[in-house]
Amino acid sequence: MNKIIITVVGKDTVGIIAKVCTYLADSGINILDISQTIVSGYFNMMMIASMEGTSKDFNTVADDLEKLGKDIGVVIKCQREEIFDSMHRI
Amino acid sequence: MINTKEVIETNEMIEKENLDVRTITMGISLLDCIDSDLETLKKNIYNKIYESAKDLVQTGDQISREFGIPIVNKRVSVTPIALVGGAACKTKEDFAEIAKTLDEVAKKIGVNFIGGYSALVSKGMTQADRLLIESIPLALSQTDLVCSSINVGSTKTGINMDAVRLMGTIIKDTAEATKENDSLGCAKLVVFCNAPDDNPFMAGAFHGVTEEDRIINVGVSGPGVVKTALEKVRGENFEILCETIKKTAFKVTRVGQLVAREASKRLGVPFGIIDLSLAPTPAIGDSVADILHEIGVEHAGAPGTTAALALLNDQVKKGGVMASSYVGGLSGAFIPVSEDQGMINAVEAGALTLEKLEAMTCVCSVGLDMIAIPGDTKDTTIAGVIADEMAIGMINQKTTAVRLIPVIGKGVGETVEFGGLLGYAPIMPVNGFSCDAFVNRGGRIPAPVHSFKN
Repeated sequence: MNKIIITVVGKDTVGIIAKVCTYLADSGINILDISQTIVSGYFNMMMIASMEGTSKDFNTVADDLEKLGKDIGVVIKCQREEIFDSMHRI
Repeated sequence: MINTKEVIETNEMIEKENLDVRTITMGISLLDCIDSDLETLKKNIYNKIYESAKDLVQTGDQISREFGIPIVNKRVSVTPIALVGGAACKTKEDFAEIAKTLDEVAKKIGVNFIGGYSALVSKGMTQADRLLIESIPLALSQTDLVCSSINVGSTKTGINMDAVRLMGTIIKDTAEATKENDSLGCAKLVVFCNAPDDNPFMAGAFHGVTEEDRIINVGVSGPGVVKTALEKVRGENFEILCETIKKTAFKVTRVGQLVAREASKRLGVPFGIIDLSLAPTPAIGDSVADILHEIGVEHAGAPGTTAALALLNDQVKKGGVMASSYVGGLSGAFIPVSEDQGMINAVEAGALTLEKLEAMTCVCSVGLDMIAIPGDTKDTTIAGVIADEMAIGMINQKTTAVRLIPVIGKGVGETVEFGGLLGYAPIMPVNGFSCDAFVNRGGRIPAPVHSFKN
């Protein structure tokens, strides 16, 4: 419960994962799973993270990540896990 | 654990294929607001709706943010006002006062529409029912967000032809009363046969008397998602076609189910039903007609269209019922003209006529929806079209509806622009031969023999 899915899409550059992970670590958000691919120069990352250990609420985390994405020139999206579970699991 | 492919698939549906939750509709019973004094009644109605739904919009927006799924509309439906206002309203102006109260509170809580300015007259009309119906042109011309629906027939009771005849005139009068806005009032007025009590979609939503005090109903959408899925199985046989539609409908409905449960929990209001309709919008790629095209007809309206629509509607239901235990409302494919770019194109290409649309309504949900017709169409002709559509619903034991817009001052070949989700429409010709002697007979058409099941 209380898991979020973070997706990062954009042009590949140095330190995308580092910056996202630093933010998550500073916020006390634990990363459970991470996968990353580059498709024709475009960076695609998906993370499953747990909100259990953070005092920040969902909106703050989503806003912060969105802002961080703008700073490094990628799109970062944060969604609760349930939407994917409902759609893809019976 | 969820994998990248699944995450990407979901987000592509949302970002590229217009997957959304079309509406969260809160049904609110106004039966406990009834009073014989009009001012007290209006105050009770305002307070009950405000207290029940003041957090609806904010909650919807928050859910949308957390799951990353757009929730396009937040709406309220109420107990048919003819029942609520009967004791207090002695004139049609009295009823229109209630419409203004509904409009006022809807604007205050920020919902897109409020439905339930309704009367259920499938067998007969009380004095209050008649007054409410007669007040519709006034009510819809004085309000922005109020939607009205009248149930004039059912499989159990037959068709109330007095009400059908009256509605022919009321639609014309509503068009006249809102003619400065291209007769927009008629876009908020729908005539039903077998109207469901728990429909979350406008203009036909009302909160039936069989329902709880308050309830959350959710309407899902997603024509674009179905179309994209079908692009991948071009040329395959019907079995594969049907499987693909079913799987897609399942996924779409599960999202609706999640949103409904979440909204119900956060608002402290019981969950009612999911309406798993394919509801198009004027946006490119959000069209039911485009699905029909993808299934294999050149334009909606070409031979084969009714069969294609029948299978589409059935597969959507089959996929959806697996995804949610409480499916209700209208649940099927909607085929409005003005709200669907593919339908508009079909009309403009000369492929789609009113008569073909009528045939299509035999196999899908709803009926003749958002069709602009010439402003000089006779009341009796409109009543005749309504009677035909009601007969389809009555005999086939399904919901059918008519939402026609006689655009005052305009004729065939011209276009009318409603804006927003309501879209625009080319004005379609109506068969000009008379049915006056038929609709003026008076009385009601008896219930069909297959309704006697007791």
